[in-house]
Amino acid sequence: MSAGTPRSLASSGQKSIQDICHPLSAEESALSRSPDVLNPSGAGEKDLSLPNGTPVDTSSPASSSSLLNRLQLDDDLDGETRDLFVTVDDPKKHVSTMETYITYRVCTKTTRTEFDLPEYSVRRRYQDFDWLRNKLEESQPTHLIPPLPEKFVMKGVVDRFSEEFVETRRKALDKFLKRVADHPVLSFNEHFNAFLSAKDLNKRQGLALLTKMGESVKYVTGGYKLRGRPIEFAAMGDYLDVFTQKLGTIDRIAQRIIKEQSEFLMELREYGPVYSSWSSFEEELHDPLEGVAGCVSNCSSALDELTEDMSEDFLPVLREYVLYIESMKNVLKKRDQVQAEYETKLEAVVFREDKKTPVPTDVEKCQDRVECFNADLKADWDRWQNNKRQDFRQLLTGMADKNIQYYEKCLAAWESLIPLLQDKQEARGETN
Amino acid sequence: MADSGSEDIAVIGNTDLTPSESENNLKNTMVEKGTSLLKRMEISVAEAEKRTGKNAVNMQETYTVYLIETRPVDAASEGTNPVPDSLWRRYSEFELLRNYLLVTYPFVVVPPLPEKRAEFVWHKLSADNMDPDFVERRRVGLENFLLRVASHPVLSSDKIFYSFLTEENGWKETVFETGFQAKADSRLKALNATFRVKNPDKRFAEMKHYGDELQSVISQLLRVRARAADRLYGVYKVHGNYGRVFSEWSAIEKEMGDGLQSAGHHMDAYAASVDDILEEEEHYADQLKEYLFYADALRAVCRKHELTQYELEMAAQDLTSKKQQREELATGTVRTFSLKGMTSKLFGQETPEQREAKLKMLETQIEEGEELVKERNEECDEFVKSAWVDIERFKEQKDHDLREALISYAIMQISMCKKGIQVWNNAKECFSKM
Repeated sequence: MSAGTPRSLASSGQKSIQDICHPLSAEESALSRSPDVLNPSGAGEKDLSLPNGTPVDTSSPASSSSLLNRLQLDDDLDGETRDLFVTVDDPKKHVSTMETYITYRVCTKTTRTEFDLPEYSVRRRYQDFDWLRNKLEESQPTHLIPPLPEKFVMKGVVDRFSEEFVETRRKALDKFLKRVADHPVLSFNEHFNAFLSAKDLNKRQGLALLTKMGESVKYVTGGYKLRGRPIEFAAMGDYLDVFTQKLGTIDRIAQRIIKEQSEFLMELREYGPVYSSWSSFEEELHDPLEGVAGCVSNCSSALDELTEDMSEDFLPVLREYVLYIESMKNVLKKRDQVQAEYETKLEAVVFREDKKTPVPTDVEKCQDRVECFNADLKADWDRWQNNKRQDFRQLLTGMADKNIQYYEKCLAAWESLIPLLQDKQEARGETN
Repeated sequence: MADSGSEDIAVIGNTDLTPSESENNLKNTMVEKGTSLLKRMEISVAEAEKRTGKNAVNMQETYTVYLIETRPVDAASEGTNPVPDSLWRRYSEFELLRNYLLVTYPFVVVPPLPEKRAEFVWHKLSADNMDPDFVERRRVGLENFLLRVASHPVLSSDKIFYSFLTEENGWKETVFETGFQAKADSRLKALNATFRVKNPDKRFAEMKHYGDELQSVISQLLRVRARAADRLYGVYKVHGNYGRVFSEWSAIEKEMGDGLQSAGHHMDAYAASVDDILEEEEHYADQLKEYLFYADALRAVCRKHELTQYELEMAAQDLTSKKQQREELATGTVRTFSLKGMTSKLFGQETPEQREAKLKMLETQIEEGEELVKERNEECDEFVKSAWVDIERFKEQKDHDLREALISYAIMQISMCKKGIQVWNNAKECFSKM
């Protein structure tokens, strides 16, 4: 972890309640201002220019560049045209007498007719994301729902309002919404639509679905063993087990490296000043020693940055994938349940009817459900595999880049020291 | 990478440090050229060998001997290239030589020997005296010591030193014949006794203070460096674990498999590269260590100066008191309370003859004392003169050597960074193919 103390977020602190917009009031909704927009350059983006021809606002380069990043990845998405763009940014801290919490701005641009407007901007807090994910899970039981960042943080250990924590969470929430938005089925979910566009989320509706899911759970908990789990799903399970294990190892290695680096950093921070104190009582060697001290200090800062980058960019992605795998395992489990339900029913029918009467529609429906599930799952699996490949390519090249940058900074520092060490010497040689 | 850095290093000239060249570098940079013995003779410690034998108390012991090779420079330049004269010496014989030099040339900042036992080592480095790496580093250090002595304006012409290099047998006896041991013992006692100089020479006091500071800062530096080396080792080696896990992970992947697997190899290479890095850094630590011990030698000279000064002051004090006694005897007055005054009061006045005899004795003692003070004064002046010359020489050598050491340290860091960039670039290429 970085050595610096977490800077606290710009807070709305002492302002009166009226000054603080309600997080769900969607005050900043569409067209109230022109949000940062990417320069139309990719396929299907012509429609994204604002309807009233307002010039594109480029005041927020960070988010527009992240949008651009996403566009570059389009090539990898097997020709699917993207028509829904979502970003999460601008976290704000809200302080009221009741509670303190963070809201994030959720910006949407779309050409889809399901949306009334081409652009939305709403503010949501973690709870709302959590609501959305539950809704998706209820209404799309056969699909893989991307994970949310973990809700619970140990109090006292992590400062929920530190800039680092909020930024890490923002990235994870952004990733979550993008994954949903890119999904051919999930992105058309009505709750998702409401989440992106509604001024006020009505979170009370539809608790019934939960009980419906509970129904099939019993087929598995009853100790039923699947007869014919298709081999591909068994392979998926095995794959996920091994992958989880490897990710766990990578996570441990990364943490260990960060620990070693921080300790190395502590030594370096002691090492440099020794050269300084040495230089204080040398004449001829004063400048060279002072130079080395400066160099060591530059390398320390570069190392500090590297360590910080690794703990803020690398570890969270790994952890998100562990959660992603969990979601995937859940879907696999649900599929097994559905199949178990079908097999049990079929067995009962076969046993009772002695194969004389046709299979009742109830059982046939079950069979359909299994097949639907299988098809959805296979599609989601392929999609997930593809995402995973991209994400890890990006993550690992990023790690390599960070290390290269670190070494380049150190290299520059030491190379610039050489002339300082030498010049004096040559000058002295001439005067002698 | 030595190759990739060649352009940069070319500018820097002979400071280019690769492990194989470090030895030559020592010759070039650490020893001033153009001094007497080295002009006539090439000196090297060519190799080290482990031996087992009986020691003084007939106990079996294992020790290391070092092969000293010498060759007249003329012969080499004439192209005849004769087989060098060679002889074996133990570390203890080097110690004996240095002790002899210390006693015989008290005004010289005598070059230090490499450490007897490995100090300030990071944990992966063996502290065992028989460890091949340690023996090798000591071999380099002993050679450096010989070259330093051989290039020293005063020490290089010492006969005992010459016979150390050239006479295999009987050298020890020759050293002991010089009687330096007895001198050493009495000196040692005097040096250990606490004494306070009345009028310390400001220059020497400052130099002593400098020696103290240098010693403390270098030992602090070495301590922190050893700890940092430990950590650096950890950082690199833990990356090696990526090598294993990437390779295992690649087994369950299709498209990503190859990229992961080869990236894993690069991580292995990265982890392995730290061994060379730290080995090179050990050379830098040795250079610093030499000056850590040099600081001690510098302080020893200052201390010996104090002793000389103290002896002068004692002689002068003695003379003054004798003169005072004479005056008292002559005038019959007792200025201060003394035992003599007491006895004369108790036992009555001495006879004039006795007084006369005493006065005479005092006269001769004063004469001797004046002679002694004069001698001590000259001795002290001489010491100050020659010691200061050597200290000035030492300062210049130190500034030069340490600057060179810092340059080679910087070059080492540069090469480490380049290696790091290369490995990570390789790994990046593999990752981006996934």
